[in-house]
Amino acid sequence: MTKQISIRRGYDIKLVGSATSTLTDLPLSNIIAIRPPDFPLFFPKLLVETGDEVQAGSPLFFDRNHPNLRIPSPVSGEVTEIVRGEKRRIMEVRILPDQKETRYLTFLEKPTTNLDREKILDILIESGCWSYFRQRPFSIIANTADQPKAIFVSCFDSSPLAPDLAFVCSQEPESFKAGLEILRALCQNVHLGVRADDTSDVWTQLPEVHIHKISGPHPAGNVGIQIHHIDPIRKDDIVWYIHPQDLLIIGRLFREGRYRADRIVALTGSCVKQPQYYRLQTGQPLQDILNDQLTGEKCRIIQGNVLSGKKAVAEDFLSFNTNQLTVIPEGDEPEFLGWLLPGFKKLSLSRTFFSWLAKNRTYDLDTNLHGEERAFVLTGQYEKVLPMNIMPVVLLKAILAKDIEQMEQLGIYEVAEEDFALCEFICTSKIEVQRIISEGLELARTET
Amino acid sequence: MKWIRRTVDSVKPNFGKGGRFEKFHYLFDAFETFLFVPGTTTSHGVHIRDAMDLKRTMMTVIIALVPTLLFGMWNVGFQHYRAYGMEVSLLDNFLFGFWKVLPIIIVSYAAGLGVEFVFAVLRKHPVSEGYLVTGLLIPLIVPVTIPLWMVALGAIFCTLLGKEIFGGTGMNFMNPALLARAFLFFAFPAYMSGEIWTDLSQEPGRAVVDAYSGATNLAIFDENFLEMDSARDMFLGTIQGSIGETSTLACLIGALILIVTGVGSWRIVLTVFAGGYLMGLFMNVLAPADVPLHAMHTPAYYHLIMGGFAFGAVYMATDPVTATHTQTGKYIYGLLIGAFTVVLRVFNPAYPEGMMLSILFMNVLAPLIDHLVIQQHIKKRMSRA
Repeated sequence: MTKQISIRRGYDIKLVGSATSTLTDLPLSNIIAIRPPDFPLFFPKLLVETGDEVQAGSPLFFDRNHPNLRIPSPVSGEVTEIVRGEKRRIMEVRILPDQKETRYLTFLEKPTTNLDREKILDILIESGCWSYFRQRPFSIIANTADQPKAIFVSCFDSSPLAPDLAFVCSQEPESFKAGLEILRALCQNVHLGVRADDTSDVWTQLPEVHIHKISGPHPAGNVGIQIHHIDPIRKDDIVWYIHPQDLLIIGRLFREGRYRADRIVALTGSCVKQPQYYRLQTGQPLQDILNDQLTGEKCRIIQGNVLSGKKAVAEDFLSFNTNQLTVIPEGDEPEFLGWLLPGFKKLSLSRTFFSWLAKNRTYDLDTNLHGEERAFVLTGQYEKVLPMNIMPVVLLKAILAKDIEQMEQLGIYEVAEEDFALCEFICTSKIEVQRIISEGLELARTET
Repeated sequence: MKWIRRTVDSVKPNFGKGGRFEKFHYLFDAFETFLFVPGTTTSHGVHIRDAMDLKRTMMTVIIALVPTLLFGMWNVGFQHYRAYGMEVSLLDNFLFGFWKVLPIIIVSYAAGLGVEFVFAVLRKHPVSEGYLVTGLLIPLIVPVTIPLWMVALGAIFCTLLGKEIFGGTGMNFMNPALLARAFLFFAFPAYMSGEIWTDLSQEPGRAVVDAYSGATNLAIFDENFLEMDSARDMFLGTIQGSIGETSTLACLIGALILIVTGVGSWRIVLTVFAGGYLMGLFMNVLAPADVPLHAMHTPAYYHLIMGGFAFGAVYMATDPVTATHTQTGKYIYGLLIGAFTVVLRVFNPAYPEGMMLSILFMNVLAPLIDHLVIQQHIKKRMSRA
C-alpha cells in the first residue's frame, strides 16, 4: 500500500557539516543525568533518593498529573545526586552507572510482540516507554486512555543537517519491525512517511502499514505536515506519532523484554571537526561526544537541529529525544553596514542578496539575528514555506488576540511549533513565530 | 571600520539606562543600527535566521525606485528646456532636474524623519525603516514646481496622521506617501493641478515657445483623447507629470527588481495592470457610438501608460502593509485598483489622478477583502471536517 505525495512549498537550508556515515560507540562515562525539565508539561515527583540503587528500567520519577507517565533510568547504578533549581524544582537526577555490566529490569518473561492491546499498554506504561508517544492536537505526550484514529511515523528528517534515519534504523531493522507490530496492535491505521527517493531495505517487508512516498523540500519530513497531507486532523480527532529512533527502543523492549535506551546521535555543524554518528546512552554528558571535536571559540551547541532544537551548553546531558547535535558559530559581532552589502555568503530566501545566484552552495551560518524585531510588514512570505492549508499570519494574529474560536477554525489543532520553524527563519520582521504558536497551543489546550 | 565601532561604543553608555541622554536611546539606536547590523543572536526558537531584515527590504525598494528617480530628474530638465525651445545635452537636462529635485528629497526626508525621531523619543519605540521609502516616494509623486514648505507639510502630515498615530510602520492602514499627496492635492489645489508640471524658471534671453501647453494627458484626454502625446512618449515618459511617475518603462524596470527579489508582490502588480486594461476594454464596448471623442473610446492600453498608473501599480499598490495581506485577496485588490482608476478617469474629470484615489480607497477596503477571504478559507476548512 504505497502512495505518492508531492510537497511543493518549503525550503531546504543547506549547511556545512553534515554527518558522514561512520558510527562510533561511546563508552559509558561516570555520570548519567535525566532531566525532568526536558519533558514538556511534566510535574515530576521523585521515586528515588540519593544513594538508591537502580536498574535500567527502574522508574526515577513520575508526573503528578498523569501517574501513568514514569521516566525510567537508562542504566543501572547508584543515584548520586538530585540537583534542584529555583523553588526546589527538580532539575536533574544523577546516576553513577555500573561500569562492568548493566543490570536490567525484566518487563516480559517471554519476549514477543504478539500481545493484546491492554497488555502492550501495560508494558509500555510500566517500562516508562509511554513518554515516547506524542499526540496531535497540541503536540504533547499522548494519553493512554485515548483511541487514536491513526499513528504516524515520519521515516525521514528533512531539517538542516538532519541524521539519515534510514542509516539509523538499518542498524536494527528487526527492532524497527517489532516496533511497528506494536503500533499495529495499538491502532489499525499506521502511516509511514518515507522519502520518495529512498530505496533502502529497511522500509521493505514491513508489517501491514500504509507507506507514503513523500517528495519535496523541508518541512516535508515533519510528521505534522505528513499528517496534514495523509489524513488531516478534524475537530475531536486524536492522532499519535512517534520518532523512528524511539520506535527502535520500543521494538527492543518487546524483543528483549528490557528497557535499552541507547540512541544514535548525529554530530553535525560547521564547528565540528569530524561530523559523524555516535551511539550513546540517554542522559550521557555532551562532553563525552563533544570532546576534542569543537573548533572555534564561540560556539552554539544545539540539542536537535538549527530550526527547532534546544540551546545547550557543553555541560548538559543528552536529552531523551535528541537525535542530532548541531554546533554552529555564535554570530555576536556587529557588522558594519551589513544591510547594505551585496552578501555573497549570506543565505536569504528573498533574492535581495547576491548569494541567490549560486543555487547549490552550502552555507556556514551563525546565530546572528540579522536585524531587529519589527511589526509584521511583508506579507506572503510564510505561505512560501508552509505546505499546509493554513493561513499562517492570520493564525498567528488570532493567537496574539487570544481568539480561541478563530484559532480552532484556522487549524491550531493541526500544527506544532516545528512546522512553523521555517516561517520564523525567513521572517523579515524577526518575529518569534514558534513562541507564538507554542502560546497558542497552550491556550487552546488549557481553555478547551 | 574599527574606529567607527570604537567611537560608537564609547558614546553608547551615555544613551543607555541611567546615561545622560537616556531619553534619546532609540534615536541613538536608530543611528547605531543604521551603521552596524547589531550582534544580537537568536535566543528562542530557530537558531539561524534569514539574512534579510526590514532595512534590507526598504533598501531594495529604494534601489527599485532609482530608475524612476534618474529618469524623473532628466525629464524635469527635458521638459524645462523643451518649453523654451532649447535643445541641450542629456547631462544638462539631468543636471537641471537634479538641482531642482534634490531639495525636495532633502526636505521630504528631513521633515518626515524628524517626526519619526520625535515619536521615537516620546513614545520610546525604535525608529522603523518605513520612512526610508516614503521619504523618496513623496518627491516622486509631486510636481517639480511644488514649494518646499508644502513638501515638508505633506511629509509631516503623512507621518503623523498616516502612520504614527496608529503605532508606526506596520500598523498604518493607508499608504503614507499617497496620503501626503492626497492631502496636498485637496488642501492646495492651485499648486497641485493646472499648468504646474513644468519648471518654467527664467532662461536668460528666452521666452516660452508658443507651442507649449502645460496640460497633462490626463487633462487633455477628457476633451479629446486623440490630442494626447503619442503612446511611445507616454511609455518612455518624455511627457509632463509628477517627477517620477511619467516613465512606464522606468516603473517596469523597478517592478522587475521588486518581483525578482521577492519584495514586491507580482500578484498585485499584474492584477492592477490587468484590472485597468480590462476595464478600459469594457469602457470601449459601452462607449456611445455617436460621440466618437468620448473618453470611453480611449484605447484600453492608453490607461496603463498614462499618468501615474504604472507608478502606482508598482510602488504604491504593492505596499505590503496597506495592501491585502492574504494571497487570494491580492488578486481582488489589484483588479479593483486597476478598474477603479479607469472608471474615475473616464467619469470624473474633476479628479484626473484616479490612481491615487483608487489606491487609497482600496487601502480602506483591503481589510474587508481579507476578512472575506479568511471567512471563505475557514468555510472550506470546516467543510472538510
